[in-house]
Amino acid sequence: AGSVESKTEAAMSELVPEPRQKPVVPMKPTGINASLLGYIGIDTIIEQMRKKTMKTGFDFNIMVVGQSGLGKSTLVNTLFKSQVSRKSSGWNREEKIPKTVEIKAIGHVIEEGGVKMKLTVIDTPGFGDQINNENCWEPIEKYINEQYEKFLKEEVNIARKKRIPDTRVHCCLYFISPTGHSLRPLDLEFMKHLSKVVNIIPVIAKADTMTLEEKIEFKQRVRKELEVNGIEFYPQKEFDEDLEDKTENDKIRQESMPFAVVGSDKEYQVNGKRVLGRKTPWGIIEVENLTHCEFALLRDFVIRTHLQDLKEVTHNIHYETYRAKRLNDNGGLPPMTVETEENHESNL
Amino acid sequence: PWQNEEKRNLSLGGHVGFDSLPDQLVSKSVTQGFSFNILCVGEPTGIGKSTLMNTLFNTTFETEEATHYESSVRLRPRTYDLQESNVHLKLTIVDAVGFGDQINKDERQVSYRPIVEYIDTQFENYLQEELKIRRSLFNYHDTRIHVCLYFITPTGHSLKSLDLVTMKKLDSKVNIIPIIAKADTISKSELHKFKIKIMSELVSNGVQIYQFPTDDEAVAEINSVMNAHLPFAVVGSTEEVKVGNKLVRARQYPWGVVQVENESHCDFVKLREMLIRVNMEDLREQTHTRHYELYRRCKLEEMGFKDTDPDSQPFSLQETYETKRKEFLGELQRKEEEMRQMFVNKVKETEAELKEKERELHEKFEHLKRIHQEEKRKVEEKRKELEDEMNAFNRRRVAVETLQSQSLQATSQQPLRKDRDKKNRSVVTGSQPGVSLSSSKVMITKANVEPLNCTSWWEAIQCCSCLVKSAPWREGFL
Repeated sequence: AGSVESKTEAAMSELVPEPRQKPVVPMKPTGINASLLGYIGIDTIIEQMRKKTMKTGFDFNIMVVGQSGLGKSTLVNTLFKSQVSRKSSGWNREEKIPKTVEIKAIGHVIEEGGVKMKLTVIDTPGFGDQINNENCWEPIEKYINEQYEKFLKEEVNIARKKRIPDTRVHCCLYFISPTGHSLRPLDLEFMKHLSKVVNIIPVIAKADTMTLEEKIEFKQRVRKELEVNGIEFYPQKEFDEDLEDKTENDKIRQESMPFAVVGSDKEYQVNGKRVLGRKTPWGIIEVENLTHCEFALLRDFVIRTHLQDLKEVTHNIHYETYRAKRLNDNGGLPPMTVETEENHESNL
Repeated sequence: PWQNEEKRNLSLGGHVGFDSLPDQLVSKSVTQGFSFNILCVGEPTGIGKSTLMNTLFNTTFETEEATHYESSVRLRPRTYDLQESNVHLKLTIVDAVGFGDQINKDERQVSYRPIVEYIDTQFENYLQEELKIRRSLFNYHDTRIHVCLYFITPTGHSLKSLDLVTMKKLDSKVNIIPIIAKADTISKSELHKFKIKIMSELVSNGVQIYQFPTDDEAVAEINSVMNAHLPFAVVGSTEEVKVGNKLVRARQYPWGVVQVENESHCDFVKLREMLIRVNMEDLREQTHTRHYELYRRCKLEEMGFKDTDPDSQPFSLQETYETKRKEFLGELQRKEEEMRQMFVNKVKETEAELKEKERELHEKFEHLKRIHQEEKRKVEEKRKELEDEMNAFNRRRVAVETLQSQSLQATSQQPLRKDRDKKNRSVVTGSQPGVSLSSSKVMITKANVEPLNCTSWWEAIQCCSCLVKSAPWREGFL
C-alpha cells in the first residue's frame, strides 16, 4: 500500500512548479467521535483543491480612487510590478480634463509561480477634479452596483456557466492627499457612501512629503476622523472570523492603516542592489524599504495575505447585501442598463 | 477561458507575491472544513457495506449488524467528524438499508425510489438555500451525495436486473462507482470475466458511471489506468492478522489469508486511492457543477421558467422571487391569522369556563344561603316552640302554685276567700309568662318529692305535680 501512494504523491509534487510547503502540523490523526487507527489520506484534499484552483486561475479587480496627480497609476504599477495601469502623465492636448468622473477598466493576465491571474485595474479619472465635486462618488457607486447586477443576472440563469465571470470590484484603494491636516469633506463623503458597498482601503499618497513625526500624527488624525464618522474600512471589524483574525486585524487597523505609501517604477542602484525608488537631490527613497515608506506593508497586506479574503468578503457580504436588496424590491423594476465593452480599453 | 486574453498577457518585473493565492484559498477552506457524503447501495443486506466503510476510513463506525427484515428501503445517514493533520472532514455515510431485501422486487419502485428521492431532497435543500433572499451559502452544511458506491453481488455471472435498473435511475443524479463486494469468493479468472461482463452490460444499457478525470496531466495517467480496473473488486476487514512479521488487515481462512491491502489479492487499495487520495475534490466538484446544475435546471423549468432572451431572465426569476415572496408573506399572514384565531378561541373558551365556574359558585352560594335560612327558620321555630312551652309551663306552674297556696289557705280560712282566690286564680291564670325561674324551680323540686296521690284531673291540675307527661291517667285525655 505504501509504495503506490508515495509514488503518486511524488509524481504529483513533481508537476507542481514550485515545491509547496505542506501544512506544518504533526500528522497525529485524532477524531472527535471516530478514532482513526492509521493514515487514510483525507488531508490530500488540500493538494487536490490547490491543483484545481491553479488550473482555473483567479480573477482580481482593483479600483483606484483619488484626485489626479496623487500617484495612483504609479502605485498600482508598482504593486504588480508591470504596466497594468496607463499613466495620465499630464494632460496632452488631445486629452481634456474629464467633465465628469469616468470609469476605465483595463484587464491583464499575469502569471507567477504557475498561478494565473486576470487582473483588472479600474481607474476613475476626474474624481475630485471639478470645482463642484458634489456627488462625484455617484458614478463610481453606480459602476460597482452594475458589476453586482451582472453577476446576479448570470447567477439566476437557468442554464448557467460553470464559472461566472467575476467583474465585481474586490478592493478600492482610496488615495488621501498628504495635506498633514485632516481628511477633506470629499474624502469623508466618498468613504461614507462607498464603505457600505465595497472594501475600501485608505492609502496616504506621496508619503515622501511628510516627515516621520508628521506621518504618525497624520495617520492618527485620519484614523480618528474615520472612526468618528463611522467609516468601516477593510478589514471591517464585524467580519473578523475568530480571535486570531481579530487580534491580527486589530493591529493592522489601529497601527498600520492607513498605509503611507510611495510608488515608483524606476530602479536605482543602492548599496549594490537594484531597488525601486524615487531619486531626489537629498537621497533615494526606496519604495520597498520599510523605514522609508509603508509600500511593502500595503503590498503584503493586499496581495500576499488578504487577497482571497478581499474576494470572499466581496462575494459573501457585499454581493449578498446587494442581491438581498434587489430581490426584496418590488418586482417589475426594469433591469439596470449595463455598460458593456465601451469602457474597456486594450493596452496597446 | 483565457484564450481571448492572450494578447493582454503581461510579464512581471519582479516577484509580486500572488502565487500565494492557492494557499490563501486552501487555508480558508481548511478553516471552514470539508464535507464528503457517500451513499452505499447494494443487496443483499450483509454484503459488506459497513465493513468496507470501516476499512476505508480505518475506524469503527458501526458495531451492530443490520436487520434483514425491512419492509421498504430506508435511507440512513450518519455523520462523523474526522480529522487528519489540520484537515477537518465532515463525513456522512448514507446507507440504503433494506435495499433488495423485499420479496417482491418487481415492485422495483419500492427499491430504488426512496434512494432517488433522498438524493433529490438533498439537491432541493441546497436549491432552497440558494434561492433564499437572505442566504448563507458559505457555511451551509452540504448534504448532497458526492459519490454512490454500488455493491455488486459476486455471483460471477452478470448484473442483476435490479442493479441495472437502479444504476440507470441514479447515473444522472450522482457519481456512481460500481464495486464487486466480497471479492474473495471469486477466483481470479472468474473475476476477470465477471468484470468484463459487467462493464459491457453497463455500456450496452447506457449506464453512465463515474469516470476518473483524465484532463489534468498530473493525474491523467493514474486515473486512466484505474478506469480500466473498474469495477473494483474489494474485500473489507477490520481484523488484523499476522503475516510475516507485520500485522495486516485481512480475512483468515483455513487455506490462507486474504490481505486487504495487498493489490494482488483485491482492489481495495485502488479504491481508496481513487476515492480519497486522488479524486475526492473532483467528486465534490462534479456533484456541484454537473448533477446539481442538472437538477436545478430541471426543477426551474418544471416551475415554468425559461431562458429566452437576455432581457426576460431577471424578470422570470424575479417573478419566481416575487411569487416566493408573496407565498412567504401569505404563509406568514396565514400563520398569524391562525395564531390569532387560536388565541381568540382560547380566550373565549377560558372566558366561558370562568363564567361557568362563577355561575356554579353563585348557585352553591344561593343553595347554601337557602339551607342556612331554612335552618335558621327551623331553629327559630323550635325556639318559638320551646318558648311557648316554657310560657305554658310557667303559666301552669304559677296557676298551680296559687291554687296550692289557695287550697292551703282555703282549708284554714273562710269560704269568702274562695271568691277572692277565684279572682286571684283568674288573675294568676292570666299572668304573664316569665314567672321567675326560681319559683318554678321550687315547684319542680316540690313536685319531684311529693307523692302522686291525685285521683282526678281537676285535682291533678291543682296539685301540679301530676302534670308530668308520662302520668298514667293522661292517656284518657289524648
